[in-house]
Amino acid sequence: MSEKIATREAYGKALVELGAANEKVVVLDADLAGATMTKHFKAAYPDRFFDCGIAEANMMNIGAGLSTMGLVPFCSTFALFGAGRAYEQIRNSIAYPKFNVKICCSHAGVSVGEDGGSHQAIEDIGLMRLIPGMTVIVPADAKEARKATLALAEFKGPAYMRLARLATPVFEEDYPFEIGKANVLRQGKDAAVFACGLMVNETLEAAKLLAAEGIEISVINVHTIKPIDAACVTEFATKCGNVITVEEHSVIGGLGDAVADVLMGKVSCKFRKIGVNDQFGQSGKAADVLREYGLTADQIAAKIKETL
Amino acid sequence: MNTIELTKICRQVRRDIIEMTANAGSGHPGGSLSAVELLTSVFFNHMRVDPRNPDDPNRDRFVLSKGHAAPCYYGVLAEMGFISRDEFTNFRQLHSILQGHPDCKKVPGVDASTGSLGQGCSIAVGMALGARIQGKDTKVYALLGDGECQEGQIWEAFMAAAHHKLDNLTVIIDNNGLQIDGTNDEVMSLGDLPAKLRAFGFEVFEIDGHDLDAIEEALSTPVSGKPKCILAHTVKGKGVSFMENQVGWHGKAPNAEQREQALKELED
Repeated sequence: MSEKIATREAYGKALVELGAANEKVVVLDADLAGATMTKHFKAAYPDRFFDCGIAEANMMNIGAGLSTMGLVPFCSTFALFGAGRAYEQIRNSIAYPKFNVKICCSHAGVSVGEDGGSHQAIEDIGLMRLIPGMTVIVPADAKEARKATLALAEFKGPAYMRLARLATPVFEEDYPFEIGKANVLRQGKDAAVFACGLMVNETLEAAKLLAAEGIEISVINVHTIKPIDAACVTEFATKCGNVITVEEHSVIGGLGDAVADVLMGKVSCKFRKIGVNDQFGQSGKAADVLREYGLTADQIAAKIKETL
Repeated sequence: MNTIELTKICRQVRRDIIEMTANAGSGHPGGSLSAVELLTSVFFNHMRVDPRNPDDPNRDRFVLSKGHAAPCYYGVLAEMGFISRDEFTNFRQLHSILQGHPDCKKVPGVDASTGSLGQGCSIAVGMALGARIQGKDTKVYALLGDGECQEGQIWEAFMAAAHHKLDNLTVIIDNNGLQIDGTNDEVMSLGDLPAKLRAFGFEVFEIDGHDLDAIEEALSTPVSGKPKCILAHTVKGKGVSFMENQVGWHGKAPNAEQREQALKELED
């Protein structure tokens, strides 16, 4: 692992690439351009950038209106204020009419750190995957965030992308990205571990710790929570027998539930969800908060071991 | 289209509203009847649309933010030729294109799915902005309820419309003064609405929302550098004596007897 870049930073830079390639791309923010990194697009294409002020509900519906005019709007704010506050706008004015609006929200998960529980969305994946027809993407690193952003511009229909504030390691290997197709990053017979977002890297580190003890796990990056790659989930669950999910999200409603929905009644396996256990986040340095909630590599390794 | 022709269409749309809600046994006749002249005038005399090509990218746009006035909308769309009158009996029925609130994926001529109050004006702002940045001369109309103006998002949309000086946007408020739980003033007073609209940056036209000539004048008067708002004073249930100004007729369908009486009052 070399440099550290936040997925939000990669998203902001990718928007600039899109701005040059596709004149239909427009970007909206709600007074957080400096944090969601849409500031890069704002600087490059000011005529196609709309700051809606601190009014997330209005921003989502302006995005809806822009999409009906043939444009491709990307709406950004923090995950809690996008998926949370503007939930019903997304549900009724974007997803219900199947409008081509991309909702890309940063500052998801407890790794937000110092801002505390009021700003740490631990339920956004759940809220968004509940909506019929919504595509939900959680990139694992900066390279994947860039690819996902470019892919979203080509994809027709409503989609939600979850981005992180924290700068995290960029994978050396360059994995292909296809919406709805999970990436198998490591193969091992003892457990199938499905992870998303920042937890993919932590799980890969956990896999190294476990390997040192002779435990070999498969690590699958489920960057698309919906539609989930059911074939891949079923294959690895069947092959390994033990299934573990790891996410920086509530254990209710997120990746864990999405994987469980695929396997229930079909595959007989041991199953454990690792994530935030039905509680709010809190202030602290990102690394300290992640440790407090049991989401670091060594803690994940211990939980996996305990499950086998 | 002249006033005599429009009057005739308005009467037919009122009959359609009664037929649709009575047949469905549910729906919103009161706020549909108050909006008839406003919607009819916008569609017949101002909207650049072609029922044979409902998805024309250069068409004007309309958002029925008060989506519960769907029966009025469907009546006007049928008169315009976007949908068949045969659909009316399917209003609110399983598998119908005529949902209880407008669904733009199902009904030709409908530009946005609405019904959840407070959201339509923001969509219209997006349409107006989208037209402007693409150099299109598209005009955008949004019809709002007055009770709906209790939603904070309406005022977020108003702020944005003025901020962007959207003179291609016309907001029409169907000010019938009533909502589900009582009068606007009893439930949550809107205060001095015309003053608030002016303070939010609109050029305001305050008119009688059933006076076709006044509507025509307000719609035709050009405004530049700011959005236009037509504050239309209307009567909820307009045209049906026992429904007029009655809170109870917000979301209740006429029974067989009431239907006959209403249709009799709406004869040519």
